[in-house]
Amino acid sequence: MIQVEHLTKRYGSHTAVEDVSFEVRKGEILGFLGPNGAGKTTTMRILSGFFPATEGRAVVAGFDVFKQPLEVKRRVGYLPENPPLYGEMSVNAYLRFVANIKGVDRAQVGSRLEEVKIRCGLGEEGPRLIKQLSKGYRQRVGLAQALIHDPEILILDEPTIGLDPRQIIEVRELIKSLAGNHTVILSTHILPEVSMTCQRVIIINNGKIVAVDTPENLTGQLAGGETIELEIGGSVDNIVALLEEIPDVKSVSVGEPRKDHSPVLVETEGAKTVRHLIAQKVIGSGLELYQLRTRSISLEEVFVQLTTEEEAKEEAVEGKVE
Amino acid sequence: MRNFLAMMNKELHNLFVSPIAYVLVGVFFALTGYFFYMILVNVIEFTMQQVFQAQQFGTSTPPFDASAAVMRGFFSVLSTLLLFLVPVMTMGVLAEEKKRGTIELLLTSPLTHLQLILGKFAALVVLLLVMLVPTMFNSLLLYFLSEPAPPLATMMVGYLGAFLLGGALLATGLFVSSLTENQIVAAVITFGVFIVLWVIDATAGTGTTLTSETIRYLSILNHYDDFTKGVLDSQHLVFYLSFIFLGLFLTSVSLDSSNWRQ
Ligand SMILES: Nc1ncnc2c1ncn2[C@@H]1O[C@H](COP(=O)(O)OP(=O)(O)OP(=O)(O)O)[C@@H](O)[C@H]1O
Ligand SMILES: [Mg+2]
Repeated sequence: MIQVEHLTKRYGSHTAVEDVSFEVRKGEILGFLGPNGAGKTTTMRILSGFFPATEGRAVVAGFDVFKQPLEVKRRVGYLPENPPLYGEMSVNAYLRFVANIKGVDRAQVGSRLEEVKIRCGLGEEGPRLIKQLSKGYRQRVGLAQALIHDPEILILDEPTIGLDPRQIIEVRELIKSLAGNHTVILSTHILPEVSMTCQRVIIINNGKIVAVDTPENLTGQLAGGETIELEIGGSVDNIVALLEEIPDVKSVSVGEPRKDHSPVLVETEGAKTVRHLIAQKVIGSGLELYQLRTRSISLEEVFVQLTTEEEAKEEAVEGKVE
Repeated sequence: MRNFLAMMNKELHNLFVSPIAYVLVGVFFALTGYFFYMILVNVIEFTMQQVFQAQQFGTSTPPFDASAAVMRGFFSVLSTLLLFLVPVMTMGVLAEEKKRGTIELLLTSPLTHLQLILGKFAALVVLLLVMLVPTMFNSLLLYFLSEPAPPLATMMVGYLGAFLLGGALLATGLFVSSLTENQIVAAVITFGVFIVLWVIDATAGTGTTLTSETIRYLSILNHYDDFTKGVLDSQHLVFYLSFIFLGLFLTSVSLDSSNWRQ
């Protein structure tokens, strides 16, 4: 549905997006994740046809964004970072205007209007002026605007920003319900959002893609080892030496003893788990094993790891040059 | 067509919900009314004097078309008011879209630049008409009450001139508004451009060289004179229409290129 090839965008001498390539399949929800200034908004603006890239190619819904922009724009619903609203218009008048310029069938404008209002929780707000709405409600109007022409493709720049927790959940549900018939790209800083709604994640930093994968794979694969939490009863005096005998165990640390047990943290490396070996060792040496669980590394940690690794690498390269 | 209409309606809506349009129209009516009255009084006084002198010295009054003088005076006031008010009419039209980020909606919708620009221009023209048409009341008063009545055709040509001049100024203002995201900056630059276009023929002198003729040709008010006299000359018509076309074309170029840079 969307193919992006070697996209580069420069603002003067500053490169906002550099040689970005990816693909989104029909019906997929793709998350765009990255710190502030990573180039998410820039990429989305290029895909929506707001401005052209400096280099590279983007094909959306089978049309080249730079050569046939109108065809692309007909098929894309775009929610910019700041919802593009006219404060002096009522919600109804605004959505009607957007429906008209997006080319919604004249006879269907009314029904589309009602539908998106219900979907975005704006049922009662129709006659109200947009400038009188709260930020969260304005965000909803922005979302409604992107959906009004029932586009095949949705490009949503931070769709849940400014919404209350309940509404965030509703919007995520809404986005998930679009999957299948619609192709969605959304950007966010919120990591759980990505794992909850997206089938695939692109992590972008400093204008470059640092990882593309499913949320599960990213958290699994990138960890490269496990962190295991144990609760052990009995004397833990030589537990460190004991567990370090196990191959792949990197470090063992013992925490402050509690009433009847001591927490022990084991870090391992390598692809294969050694949890069973740890359990055997502990029980074999006559200690009581109350708990053994892996602490799963969160997407946050992956994110920080990836984005800082990148910086470290760059620094290393710069160091060599000097 | 539908895009154009949608764009125009939205623009009209935006213009008329903001107090700017009402202030503009109000000020325009107050000033045109006031100046019409002043011109009328002056012309009447002048004619009375003439008649009085003629009676005193037993000479005949020189031929003087009072109603035509009033209309000419009035049309020249109209043009001056337009020079001052058009920058306020156009300042926000694109600058404000850029500032609020709504340009992002417009440029990612299946609208051509032509539809966008013409829609906005048409809305401005409607506002211009809302300002101009009611002032015809003054002129109609003159038409019905003065003896002999000024020819209706002369008056209509004058209004056509004001309308074309207004259109050319609006197109220029629209272009300037596309260059910035600050309304005030747009208004000031627009006004500056108008002043240059207004006084440019003073710099040309009376020479007949190509440059001074060209400069005189560019003076936006030179072309207006004939209209106020009731003379319809296709040369001036062409001038204003090309001016409008150029303004709209430059706006389109500016939309394109600001897009490249952003
Ligand atoms: N109009 C502009 N002129 C110059 N540089 C810009 C412009 N817009 C963005 N940039 C730069 O391009 C880079 C990418 O910006 P972009 O807005 O795409 O980031 P982002 O990933 O959307 O960040 P955020 O999470 O804060 O929204 C940043 O370094 C930013 O400073
Ligand atoms: Mg952004």
